[in-house]
Amino acid sequence: MTAAFEAEGLVKRFGSTTALDGVDLHAARGSVLGVLGPNGAGKTTAIRILTTLLRPDAGRVVVDGLDVTRRAVDVRRRIGLAGQSATVDEDLTGTENLVLFGRLLDLPTPEARRRAGDLLERFGLTEAAGRRASTYSGGMRRRLDLAASLVGTPRVLFLDEPTTGLDPGKRSELWQTIRSLADDGTTVLLTTQYLEEADALADAITVIDHGRVIAHDTPAGLKQQAGGQTVVVRPSDPGQAVAAAEVVGRVTGRPAERPHGGTVTAPVAGQREFADVVRGLEHAEVAVAEVALRLPSLDEVFFTLTGRPAGDAVTREAS
Amino acid sequence: MTDTLRSTPTETRGHRREPPGPSSRRWPLARHSLALAHRALRKTLRNPGELSDAVILPVVFLVLFVYLFGGAVAGSTQEYLQYLFPGILVLTTVLTGQIATGLSIVQDMHKGVFDRLRSLPVPRAAILLGSVLADAVRYLIALVVLFGVGYAMGFRVETDLASALAACALAVGLGFSLSWLTVLIAVVLRNEVMVTTVGFLLPFPLVFGTGMTAPVETMPSWLQSWAEVNPVGRAIEASQGLLTGGPVAGPATATLLWSGVFLAVFGTAAVTAFRRLV
Repeated sequence: MTAAFEAEGLVKRFGSTTALDGVDLHAARGSVLGVLGPNGAGKTTAIRILTTLLRPDAGRVVVDGLDVTRRAVDVRRRIGLAGQSATVDEDLTGTENLVLFGRLLDLPTPEARRRAGDLLERFGLTEAAGRRASTYSGGMRRRLDLAASLVGTPRVLFLDEPTTGLDPGKRSELWQTIRSLADDGTTVLLTTQYLEEADALADAITVIDHGRVIAHDTPAGLKQQAGGQTVVVRPSDPGQAVAAAEVVGRVTGRPAERPHGGTVTAPVAGQREFADVVRGLEHAEVAVAEVALRLPSLDEVFFTLTGRPAGDAVTREAS
Repeated sequence: MTDTLRSTPTETRGHRREPPGPSSRRWPLARHSLALAHRALRKTLRNPGELSDAVILPVVFLVLFVYLFGGAVAGSTQEYLQYLFPGILVLTTVLTGQIATGLSIVQDMHKGVFDRLRSLPVPRAAILLGSVLADAVRYLIALVVLFGVGYAMGFRVETDLASALAACALAVGLGFSLSWLTVLIAVVLRNEVMVTTVGFLLPFPLVFGTGMTAPVETMPSWLQSWAEVNPVGRAIEASQGLLTGGPVAGPATATLLWSGVFLAVFGTAAVTAFRRLV
């Protein structure tokens, strides 16, 4: 399988700070790579290098078979970028924003207009097409931003924390869109601070911290490494919490906790054990309002991988 | 190649068409600069407040100087208006190319708009050139307002229409080439306060350290020597010659030469600094 992009040994320093300290990133064509890390880990710097906005101090980057430093202009024709803050022009309407991108990508104006119309429709923005982007909600702006990055039909799409600041409903809506893009064959690199997001979207996850890769694995593999999946059971009748705790304890072999009154939580080994819990509850006739399998948070993953909390800068000088 | 987009829905993995190559369209710098100028122009027209520095300030100076000092300096406000107006024309174009131009660039950098544009196959120079070209409409509006107020106050062109247009063109040329200094400052410092300060203060020694408000002979000797070498002084002399009569060839040539030098030096420096950001 050929790589859609491949970065080797990326190093970038800003003055005395080392933002990237030998980072490798790669993704197969049509796959989604999640780059997971806390604020300041180097995620944005890496994206800026891969999208030709920044030159690395060392290392080699190939995007769609082209070296980014030597063939920057050709790389720019093949990529799409949606930044951390939605960088659409607030004084322009949705249509004007997309038509501008089309013209800058050398589409003839009628073609640019049609493309803009198609994308606005696809992202549910047709009604807002003639309104200035400054009147858009956060979610609409994000969608317009994403649409703008697709005007040139990119082969590789770079999304820097695409769902930051969105409420959960909008977030899962955007996830769906990103997944459908990947299904169409676009390779996607997305950075995120949420394991949940990387797990929902990515075929592979690279975890970076302080400019270094500390793990690269499939979501399943990473979760296994990080451990700590938790089953959460909330009985409809809080009085049944004890019964629920018994079931959970019996299935998992570990005592269940009841941190908030009626809710029962316990670590589980995986999907199967979770299913056993669900069946056990049914068997014991415990009616539930909520049964969920929770992933470890980024903090927990980091703690497992590095032995210290995410974004802990103190150990940096020591290492 | 033309049906690249129509084929999008049927694209399958690994079977994408080649994106249009570099040779598919000509004159990328001109086309992209114009597309970006079009954008900046829309922004200006939708935020008319941004025109205030270029439009209102020169008119305020014109009214203030004519009615406050006109009688004292020239004996009559009417005579002074004829003397002052050509200089205010230059002040207008120099101011037009300063604050707003630099500010829009700094804002685009901070909002990430430039990063977005830099990730597209767009010549770096086009991104800056687009911002500066969009000033054309600001020059136009500023000049129309200035001439409107001037005529209402009683100013009259003493030469002919062609000379008056030449005076405007010369002044706009100077404003345009000086605006690259602001662009350079915006790109290097990326700071709105600095851009505003420099853009506001720079015109004063340049435009007022001349014979704009009073004959140079009446000034202290140090100021006279500055006025002698100050390139904007030549532009004002040329403007006076073209609007109210007097020598034109010498000062106009000097103005054109200086404008060329400013454009070459500041323009090259700004584009180079902008490319370096990569």
